[in-house]
This record gives sequence, C-alpha cells and structure tokens, in this order.
Amino acid sequence: MNREWLRAVWRAGKATVFFLLLPGLAFADGPQSVPSIFAPASTPASDIFSVSLFVLAITGGIFVVVGGLLVYVIIRFRDRGDQDDDREPAQIYGSTQIELAWTVIPILIVVVLFLTTARMIFAIQDAPKPPDALDVTVVGHQFWWEFRYPKLGIVTANELHVPLSSDSQPEPTYLKLLSADVVHSFWVPQLAGKTDLIPNHENITWINPKHPGLYVGQCAQFCGVEHAKMLLRVYVDTPAQFASWVKDQQQPGVQDPDVAAGRRIFETQACMNCHTIRGTAATGRFGPDLTHLMSRSTIASGAAMNTPKNLRQWVEDPDSIKPGSLMPAMQLNDQELDQLTAYLETLK
Amino acid sequence: MADRTFPIEGTLDLTPPRAREHTWLETVHEWVTTVDHKKLGILYVVYALFFLLVGGAEALAIRVQLARPDNTFLSPEVYNRFFTMHGTTMVFLVGMPMIFGFANYLVPLMIGARDMAFPRLNAFSFWMTAFGGLMLYYSFLGGSGLYGVGNAPDVGWFAYAPLTARAFSPGNATDYWALALIVSGIGTIGTAINIVATTLAMRCRGMTLLRMPLFVWLNLAVSGLTLVTITPLTAAQIMLLIDRYLGGHFFDTQAGGSAVIWIHFFWIFGHPEVYVLVLPAFAIANEVIPVFSRKAIFGYPAMVAASVGIVFISMGVWAHHMFTIGMTSVSNAFFTLSTMLIAIPTGIKIFNWLATMWGGKIRFATPMLFATAFVFQFLIAGLTGIMLSVAPFDWQLHNSYFVIAHFHYVLVGAILFAIFSGLYYWFPKATGRMLNETLGKWNFWLFVIGFHLTFDTMHFVGLLGMPRSIYTYEPDRGWNHLNMIVSIGAFIQGISILIFAANLVWSLYRGKVAGNDPWDAWTLEWAAASPPPVYNFPIDPAVQSRRPLWDLKHPEDPDWKYE
Repeated sequence: MNREWLRAVWRAGKATVFFLLLPGLAFADGPQSVPSIFAPASTPASDIFSVSLFVLAITGGIFVVVGGLLVYVIIRFRDRGDQDDDREPAQIYGSTQIELAWTVIPILIVVVLFLTTARMIFAIQDAPKPPDALDVTVVGHQFWWEFRYPKLGIVTANELHVPLSSDSQPEPTYLKLLSADVVHSFWVPQLAGKTDLIPNHENITWINPKHPGLYVGQCAQFCGVEHAKMLLRVYVDTPAQFASWVKDQQQPGVQDPDVAAGRRIFETQACMNCHTIRGTAATGRFGPDLTHLMSRSTIASGAAMNTPKNLRQWVEDPDSIKPGSLMPAMQLNDQELDQLTAYLETLK
Repeated sequence: MADRTFPIEGTLDLTPPRAREHTWLETVHEWVTTVDHKKLGILYVVYALFFLLVGGAEALAIRVQLARPDNTFLSPEVYNRFFTMHGTTMVFLVGMPMIFGFANYLVPLMIGARDMAFPRLNAFSFWMTAFGGLMLYYSFLGGSGLYGVGNAPDVGWFAYAPLTARAFSPGNATDYWALALIVSGIGTIGTAINIVATTLAMRCRGMTLLRMPLFVWLNLAVSGLTLVTITPLTAAQIMLLIDRYLGGHFFDTQAGGSAVIWIHFFWIFGHPEVYVLVLPAFAIANEVIPVFSRKAIFGYPAMVAASVGIVFISMGVWAHHMFTIGMTSVSNAFFTLSTMLIAIPTGIKIFNWLATMWGGKIRFATPMLFATAFVFQFLIAGLTGIMLSVAPFDWQLHNSYFVIAHFHYVLVGAILFAIFSGLYYWFPKATGRMLNETLGKWNFWLFVIGFHLTFDTMHFVGLLGMPRSIYTYEPDRGWNHLNMIVSIGAFIQGISILIFAANLVWSLYRGKVAGNDPWDAWTLEWAAASPPPVYNFPIDPAVQSRRPLWDLKHPEDPDWKYE
C-alpha cells in the first residue's frame, strides 16, 4: 500500500516537474503500463512531446510573471485597516503606453507560438509516406477494434501488431481509420496523438515506433455504453517476431478432430453469423475474427484476460464481463459450453 | 465599513413598504405572474442554484464511481446518463439562467431604467427556460416511453452523431434532450433580444454608450453573441429530430449523411457558448474589483474593445475542438492561429484588472476574495487553453482529463467563482440584508481548497493518458490515487456549496440589514433602495460620468472632469 502511494506520488511529482519546470530528465525508453504522453516511444508522439515542452516553457513563464504580479498586488496593496486614513487612493483611469505594451508583447508571443506549431503540424500531417510502409486498416466497432492488413491477408482484432522501426531500417505503419457504426478515436499516447474513426470519413495516421513491447491505449471518443472497455493493445515486434507472427496469422484456423463437437456448436448456433474462422463455414463480420483467437492475450477488447475460464464465462454471459456489449448470451448448457470453449482453445 | 449613502436626489423611494401581509397563495401568484425584471432575475438565479445542486449531486456520484478502478457504484448505463445530464445541466440549466438572472436584475438598474424593454417577453423567456429544464429532467421518468423504467439522455452533452441516431439510441431520451434544448433556446433568444433592446433604448439621461458600466457593456456583447450562437444549435437539434422521426439523412452515415457536419454545428454553437458564459463572469469582476480596490477600472475603452474583440474572434475558433477529426493541415494551422488570437484580448483584461488593483486599497471582503481567485484561476485556464490551441499538443490532450480539467477551470474556477462573487456582492441589493461574512469565508476557503485538489490533479490524470467519458478504468494505469484525490476534492467543494446554501437561507432572515449602499460603490443600482421598489427609481436619474455615485460622494474631484 505504502509503496503504491509512493509510486503514485512519484509519478504525479514527475508529471508536475515536466509540467512546471521542464528539466532535461531521462524519459522512459519503451512501453510502460502508464500511458503517459510524456513517455513517447514513436515519432509523432516524440515530436509532439518536444513541441509541448516548448509551449509549457512559454506558458510557464507567463504564469510566473503574471501570477507573481497578482501575488505582489494582493500583498502590497491590501487594505491594512488603517482607521485614520479613510481617503480614497489616487484614481488612475488608464495609460496608453502601458496598455499598448501589454497588447504588443502577447502578439509577439502568439506569432512565435503559431510559427512553431504550424511547422510541427505540417511536419507530422504532411510527412511523405515511404514506399515500404506497412498498411493497416483499422475499423472501429461498438466496442472493439478490427485490424486488417490488406497486403498480408491478415484480419485480427483488438491487439495490433506492428514492426519495430529503426533509424537504419525505417518501417513506419500507416493506419487507415474507418468506422462501422459511430465515431471512435484511436489513441495510444506513447505512440501518437489521437485520430478519430468516423463513419463515411476516412482518416490516416501513422506511427514509427522505436522500442519493442506492448503499448496500451483506448478509445478516446465516447461511443456508447461500453466506451470505457474499448481498450487497445499495440505490440511493437522486432523484425523476426513480426515475420513469425505474420506467418502464423496467415494460416487458416486449426482443424482438430478432438473438438469437432465444439466446432459443430459454433457452426450451428448464431456464433457464425457474427464471427469468422477461416477454413470453416463461419464468415460473419459483425464481431471479431476468431481464426487465431488464442494468439491474443485478451478477449472482449481487453476487458478480460484470455483464459479458458474467462472465455467460458464470456460465451455464457457476456454482460457479466462487459455489460452492454453487443454479444448476446447464447443460452448453451454446461456441456455445450465446455465443448465450445474447448474448440475455441484450439484456435492458436 | 462606514455606511455612507449619497442617494441621487429624488431617486430614493421614501414611501414605507406595504404593511399588509400577503397570504401564501398571493405570494406564489405574484411570483408566477410577475413581469418585474427584478423578480424574474431572482427567479432565474434561484432556478440556477437549484440545478447547481442537482448537477453537483450528479458530479459527486460520478466522482464516487471514479474514486477507485473497476468500481461498481454506478452501472455503465447510469454513469453515461449522469455525465450527460451533468454537462447539459451545468451549461443550460445553471450557467445560462444564472448569467441571465444577473443581467435581468442589474442591467435596468445600472442604466437607470424602470424595467426591461419587453417585460412580458422577459417573463415568457424565463418560463420557457424553466419548462425546458423540467422537460429535460422528466426524461428520467419518461425517457423509455411507456414500457421503460428509468432512463435519461446518455449520448454525452456534445451528442456526437451518429450515436444519436435511432439505431444507436432507441427510446425517447435523446428526443427529450433535443427538445429541451430547443425550448430553453427559445427562452434564451428572447432574453438576448430583450437585453440588447434594453441597453440600446432604455438608458437614462446622460448615460451614453461609453458611460455604461462595463457590466452592461459585456452583457450587451454577450446577448449579441447569444443570438448568433444559439441558432445553429437549434437548427442542428431540429435536423436531428427530422433524422429520427421523418426519415431525414442529415447525420445518418449509413445513408450517406455526415457525422462531421454535426460536429461542426455543435461546436459553432459550443465554442462561442463558452464566451457567452465567461463574459458575464468578466462583467461581474469588472464591477467588484474596482469597488473593492477603491479605484476606477483601468483602461475602460480597452476593456470594451477587448470584449467586443473576443465576441468576434470567438466566432472563428470552433474547429479547435476538432483537431482530431482529420482536417487538412492548413485548417489545423488556421484554427490554431485564430484560437491563439483570443489570448490577446483576454490577456488585456487580466492586465487591466491587475492594474486596477495596483495602487489601490484592496478590501478583502468575500466578494473580493472570490473575484481575486477568479483572476488567478482564469489566468491558469487561459494558459492551459493556449496549450490546447497548439494542434499537435491537442492531438494528445483532446478528450483526455486534461481537457476536462481545463474547461472546469473556466466553468468553475472562473465562472462559478465570479458568480459567487456577484452573489455576495449584490445579495444585499436584492434582499436588503448582507450575506454572513464568516460563513462566506468558510464557503470561499473550502471551495478554493476543494477546487484545486480536484481540478489541478485532474490535469495530471489527463497527461497520464486517461480519456474522458469512461465509467471505469484499468487498475494498472497509474491513475488510481490521483483519481481518489480528485474525488476527495469534489466532496470538499460539495460541503462548501452546502455552507453557501445555509448562508443564503440564514442571511435572508437574519442577515445584517444592508442599507442602500453597503459596499460604498459607484454605479446607479446602489442609489436605489435595497431591495428596490417595483419601479426602481421614483424619478429618472441623470448621470454625467461612468461612476455617478463617485461624483456625488466626491464633488471636489468628480469623474466627469476626466472623460
């Protein structure tokens, strides 16, 4: 408990320091469970970080000067309750020179801030796309993420895998953002600022991650009842890891005769209306693609860990894990649940 | 302080108050049918204070839910209703009625008029606003139609399409939301027209435009802005209802409609709305700060120009709420610039308040305490606003708790603090009694402590990546303890508001009798009796300067010599 508090205070203190004093402290290199915007690990996020330090320095300076003046005025000119002296202070109605000065100085500050910002906007938004960039199409759904790799023929959900990009071998990932229903927003603070997924309105964003590992984020635009559980995991893989992940994902679903009963339930119940398992009759697109369900570490868009127990509970009663999710309870008996879960467990 | 009163000759009503006691029914009838701007002003303020308690209770429920990760105090459905209703209530049922209450009560008094230009339109507007609020809250009962249990709007106060389409929001809750805003919008438009007409046509002899108190100037500017901003909101709500019931496709993306158009409509209303709320807060500070610093406002013409400048610039900044929707780089740069430009006139205002206090003899009675905190907090709100105007920085901060902290700094730290300042300042005029100073200091200090605990901390939660509108969060994100601090601060603010409510009731009956001019102030309302008679001034006053009561109190050194 105490250590937790200490860590919380340390984090808040670190944020305060960044926020107010901006020293050149070392930042976390790589992923962390706290998705701080001050721990960037990819190009747009680190560019934003540097421009934000500049803005914080200027606004911090203004705060110190104006706030300091206010404190001085409060102390120096407060009425000290001197009963003998009930005269009014000298009445001053204005001063053109002073007022001109404090109009011109802010204008100059605005000019500097604007030019810096505009440069950064163009650098990030209009960056030329390298020919060997990886393309991923992200489709927002209530309340999960669909990831399609058109050139690689992969479809997966909720856990995005992208290759590590190094200075010698830059391999940025370009994300095409679409929505199947309402407005969502793609936000992984350590990698990039957020961009919305809007139906009928295609958006593009890109990341260029420099440290491997798991980065967390979540939907950042209110999208309905389970907006809070529309979590997002991005795995930045080394080139070797990524190549092997791609190879696995390109396989059709595992066909294990031991779990044929479970597969039959999947194909005869409503499961197949919404889910796809490549190599079977199930080709639904309303829910996540389950071809390689077991390659993912979470289910229900990060709402629960992908364990047999959770999986069974999720199929039996989704509302017990994520109330309001669009997956219906399938009303299966215990035996059917066991068989179906056993089948899903084989989908490596 | 010394009770020095210098009523303008003949403006004071010397007839004794009517001795006859009213029955309860007569009193109610009088308030319901009144067209008196002062009674309507008080009705507005009481209505707003009532909904402040309701919206505050919703906020506290939200903070209990968020105090711990994976909390189950509120279900996701109820949480989403509460944050939607909290936002809608605080903007439309607290902010707007409160500022119109002040304007209604004070504008005619300050310009030496006997009432608003259109008294019956005034009453109509109030009752429309009141009806809109009741309709919104009726949705808790009627939102699901005949078969439902509890329901209420749950689409966020920004209600982004197509979440509001019938496919995603069945039932009637969203309809209540849209209709309530249309109805209260009609009342708002009526009052705005009334204030513009009153200031332009009803000023007393000698009250030229450049002699109007800044309070009146700012309310004139706000009313003009209101006329421009409420209309797109009403239009968008009507389009939404057409989509929902008449098969329209304005925002129906499945049929080729545009979600982006709703976002534009909403923020073309929504951003100027912030200035509609904050300019009256400036207006209150413009009256309180000079009186308690014992100095004339510094740079009156610059203050007027800055206010009018803010009104115009504020109409060209709305898309800074939309940096993440994928606009072109040129649009993002344009709205960055236009937003930063707002900093210039607002900066002028802060500097002028500082210069007004400079060299004064500042009396820190409760109104001035709130006004000083207002200046300090508005400074911070403005600086975080500059950070948010930097489009790339906003790509990170947008829809995070940093934004929530920023706009609560504006809405609570600036606007609500200014409103409290105004309530303490003008309560004696409206009731004839002072609010209790000891309770006032408790009210102030608890509110300051609670406010900073809550909203300072909230900035950091946002920097650590917590998005808004989520009913719960993962325990490993590093947000747990900070959220607990935010929630504790919220309850301290709640206690402070209850102290204020107690002060209000106690002082109404037991408060120190105020006299006509308890603060030794300079504008015309202090020349009328406390509370003023229905007709305000028996004889129309005439003024020669911006501070008519200063001229009377200091015949050796009157203001008009310097104008």
